[in-house]
Amino acid sequence: MNENSQTKRTALYELHVELGAKMTPFAGYDMPVQYPEGIMKEHLHTREAAGLFDVSHMGQVVIFGDNPMKSIEKLIPGDIEALSVGEMRYSFLTNDVGGILDDLIVTRRENDLFVVVNAGCKEQDIALFKSALQDEATITVLEDRALVALQGPKAAEVLARFNSSVADMSFMSYREMDLAGAACFVTRSGYTGEDGYEISIPNDKAIEVCRALLAEDEVAAIGLGARDSLRLESGLCLYGHDLTTETTPASAGLLWAISKRRRAEGGFPGAQIIIDEIAAKPKMKRVGILPEGRAPAREHTEIADMDGNVVGEITSGGFAPSLQAPIAMGYVPLELAKADTPLQLIVRGKARAAKVVKMPFVEQRYYRG
Amino acid sequence: MSIKYTKDHEWITVEGDIATVGISDYAQEQLGDVVFVEVPDMGRELDKGDELAVIESVKAASEVYAPIKGEVVAVNEDLEDSPSLVNEDAQSAGWFAKIKIEDSSELDELMDEAAYKEYTEGLS
Repeated sequence: MNENSQTKRTALYELHVELGAKMTPFAGYDMPVQYPEGIMKEHLHTREAAGLFDVSHMGQVVIFGDNPMKSIEKLIPGDIEALSVGEMRYSFLTNDVGGILDDLIVTRRENDLFVVVNAGCKEQDIALFKSALQDEATITVLEDRALVALQGPKAAEVLARFNSSVADMSFMSYREMDLAGAACFVTRSGYTGEDGYEISIPNDKAIEVCRALLAEDEVAAIGLGARDSLRLESGLCLYGHDLTTETTPASAGLLWAISKRRRAEGGFPGAQIIIDEIAAKPKMKRVGILPEGRAPAREHTEIADMDGNVVGEITSGGFAPSLQAPIAMGYVPLELAKADTPLQLIVRGKARAAKVVKMPFVEQRYYRG
Repeated sequence: MSIKYTKDHEWITVEGDIATVGISDYAQEQLGDVVFVEVPDMGRELDKGDELAVIESVKAASEVYAPIKGEVVAVNEDLEDSPSLVNEDAQSAGWFAKIKIEDSSELDELMDEAAYKEYTEGLS
């Protein structure tokens, strides 16, 4: 994360520069924060048509072993043994005190697990996989593959022109296929709240495949700026902000990702603390917050109750292009977590009215078949 | 009087003893879509370099500093409903505030159009 050290480039770097992207260091990579259209238009384009995002900075890891499903369950509370081949699931690495080390996506493939982890955490995660699973699994980092996301209501129609078999994939499923001459791993997933795909492409074919996708009328290149505003509108957590080692699955509202079996059996780091907190209820809870007026409340903005006592903090906040209004999420005491609870946000010393709202802010539109 | 600029990309024009302040076209382009502007309270006494306004783009908040010392005598209320004026017309309709000049010699330290152009070209 040190901006002074040598920043890495993804296989798509030259394409970003050619498209006029504004590049910025992010998690050790020189990434496109926006293209000439700007975040607002890029965001809206993704909601209306299809956006192509470079997410190659994320870690693509393969876990191979006798029973990699059972192996990874030692590190995450997700029900991976329940996955059929070609299915995938959102989960998170936990620590011994029930905090969250990273969130990730695990796909069960024919002979192994394909895991995608956050860019900022990937060194830590890979080291953890290697040390914790050294006796039972081989960990391979796919440095030779780029990862892009094609997101939006037109994504399925566009991608089906390249390979018709993407059409009937359901949300959170995986297939390997040829796209524009490249051997790709395709998942029907993403992090914008829209229908869409994430596509893992060999580095040497990445620019070619992306050029082919961008040549379609509906597709525009979208930067990390809009990726952030899209995921926030969809109520999705960003690791390092909404999720940290200080947040627990119960406080973050992620209990849906811990199955009945995993709650009963435990067997992941911090299991007892995490399971106890489900019954005891967490002290703090992640909620959606709608500020009144137009002033955005950014990360670390203090949240106060109506008596002016500071009770929590905004963890993600910005302007929602789809709503043309500021939105935020943050942690508040459980008793203030109900929808419509009035709060105050301390923005540059001024208390501004806000209220708790249900998330997502913008309806998710995943394809469930 | 012609327009002057600061290194922080504020512009300033003078009519009599009143200075109008905004951010340069170069700055609005760097910021991207402006979604909110917090203008100063009327009557506020600003020192040179004090925070005059805050501009919020989709991505981040940025401070605008007072290029000179003086009292705020007018603010652009149109920005409340139309913050995008800063993108559309940064150096005219997108002005932020008018300041009553106390020490006109402060203006001499600012860049003229040609110097600012050279300055911004050196930045990219």
